[in-house]
Amino acid sequence: MEYLRAALAIARKDLRIERRSKEVTNAAFSFALVVLLLFSFTFDPSGEETRAMSGGLLWLVYSFAGVLVLNRSFARETANDSLDALVASPAPGGAIFLGKALANTVFLLGLELATLPVFGVFYNVRWDLNLGWLLLVFVLGTWGFTVIGTVFSAVTVNVRLREVMLPVLVFPITVPALMAAVQLTTTVFTGQPLAPEMVWIRVLVAFDLIFTLLAAALVEFVLVG
Amino acid sequence: MTMKNGSGWLLPSLAGAMMIGALYLVFLWVPTERSMGIVQRIFYFHMPPFLVAVVAILVGMGAAIRYLMTKDLRFDEVAVACIEVGLVFDTMNLLTGPFWARPVWGIWWTWDARLTSAFVLWLMFVGYLILRQAIDEPHMRAAASAVVTVFQAVGAVIVYMANRLWRTQHPQPVIAGGEGSGLASPMWVALLGSLAAMLVVFACLVQVRRRLERLRRETEGLRREVHAL
Amino acid sequence: MISVQGVWKFFGDFAAVRDLDLEIPRGATLALLGRNGAGKTTLLRMLAALSSPSRGTITMGAQSLRQAANRRRIGMIGHGIAIYDDLTAQENLEFFASLYGVPEAGRQIAQWLETTGLARVRRSLAREFSRGMRQRLAIARAFLHQPEILLLDEPFTALDDRATALLSELIEKAREQNASIVISTHQLREAMALATEVAILERGRLTFRGPCTDQVRSAPEQFYRRHTEPAA
Repeated sequence: MEYLRAALAIARKDLRIERRSKEVTNAAFSFALVVLLLFSFTFDPSGEETRAMSGGLLWLVYSFAGVLVLNRSFARETANDSLDALVASPAPGGAIFLGKALANTVFLLGLELATLPVFGVFYNVRWDLNLGWLLLVFVLGTWGFTVIGTVFSAVTVNVRLREVMLPVLVFPITVPALMAAVQLTTTVFTGQPLAPEMVWIRVLVAFDLIFTLLAAALVEFVLVG
Repeated sequence: MTMKNGSGWLLPSLAGAMMIGALYLVFLWVPTERSMGIVQRIFYFHMPPFLVAVVAILVGMGAAIRYLMTKDLRFDEVAVACIEVGLVFDTMNLLTGPFWARPVWGIWWTWDARLTSAFVLWLMFVGYLILRQAIDEPHMRAAASAVVTVFQAVGAVIVYMANRLWRTQHPQPVIAGGEGSGLASPMWVALLGSLAAMLVVFACLVQVRRRLERLRRETEGLRREVHAL
Repeated sequence: MISVQGVWKFFGDFAAVRDLDLEIPRGATLALLGRNGAGKTTLLRMLAALSSPSRGTITMGAQSLRQAANRRRIGMIGHGIAIYDDLTAQENLEFFASLYGVPEAGRQIAQWLETTGLARVRRSLAREFSRGMRQRLAIARAFLHQPEILLLDEPFTALDDRATALLSELIEKAREQNASIVISTHQLREAMALATEVAILERGRLTFRGPCTDQVRSAPEQFYRRHTEPAA
């Protein structure tokens, strides 16, 4: 379909640009490491309690670093007024959103997978016990976070102080997705059975579906003046 | 567009009367709760504001959708009024909670489903208002606000449900009784009386705020016209 | 071709465009004149489907301009360059070619790189280009999908002589292919040289709309003064 083709072309373009300039992934990864450092001062990183908090810690790191990435999503289009060229093109607003969300998800997943081993070393957490499920949680959780962040990046693209505004707007809405991701991740890290936690997978899927549809439908209103 | 000062007296009078009625019900009529004493009366001013705030964001979402469909800025006026007044009521909820919880349960705060959701809602209201402040052009501001409100309203519902799920796994002390804790019927009367009064006050304040928004917009517009000459 | 009917555009309560009725027929080259703030850019952005009218309609072939099928037929050069610094010239054009569904994209792109003199630097990042080269890449981007409607917002303002010559040549060719062209500009002489029709905007209203006769061409400043308010 035209829609998907446009979205993929836009995703590919964003990925290519980032691969070349690395402008945002380097900064985000460094920031993730900094946050890991800061957390080490807030509690004893070697205790058993750490494992119980591990999911929460990890997703806090991912959220803080992730917001940096998401902020750039539409902001990078303002440099040469290329956003105008995108919006004027036949690509529907929803396809522009979808393409950018796809690219952002790839960036964030890359960030998460790079940070994970470092986290495992710093906090003595075994993360490789149930890798399949962990990756599923990463994908579902990251997509939810990305959808909200990408659409709000579009909303704030021409707004003053957007770097500060984006987290304030995004985090309250993503609470359910983060909650689910944290619960599932902690369950995997502590080796608990996943069966009683399956409800959180459903929460993530529902969150992802609802907000993806909402975003694709509404983004046009903020892209066309 | 002249201000009709005379015709706007009905709603405020009704609000005033109902608030007086509610105060009577809460302070004089309903019997004192057995275990908690007089402090429990805060409950009648703690719970209804939260419900009003929920009504606020839902009405705000309705206005937001209507704006997106019609591009009529009057819906934007309604939306911002709802959110701002909703913020006031939600703040009331958050402030009265600790004053009740501390003497009765010994804690200032708890992250139970309701309070957490109330706080998230508060942050959403604040985020919305901060965003509005940063956009000057009225239609851009209205469109951005409308999209944000729709996301926030849907998000608030999901947050509440997710919080309840979370608290079944990570129980915290619950203030204001859990779900289904019994209320004697006089207490229901006081509660609903307070809620009804607050809803009317809400409607009243929204009207005032709407008028203020329209005046503000007209002033901005005139200023722009003058500059363009 | 494009039909503007009863269009108003409000920014808050300020009307940037007031009750505009304008037909842009096929094959016409319309010079859009007016002071800064008269509403030229606002109108062009609406014609490019970048913003929608507050009131009234803009249609092409009886369909809204926002339809994808219509947007495919429009090309615009606005104030911004609208190219990606971190993509090569070739990649920039490939990206836009895929958005516009350009057939035989490879061949078309190669041709446009030739025409704009960028063939030698096709694999260099746009970031490394001189200003003139960037302008020429922007021109290639706008013409790549062979738009039937060209919207040019003060196109000659920042162009160097090579880019100016290129653009004039391309406008000629587009005209030969019966494209409709709208050029908004301050530079009366250049506009009149190319234009077949003239429209003047004054504070958002259309104060003149008619053919660009030889009389107009020979004394453009008088003509302009006659149809606009004196400068304050």
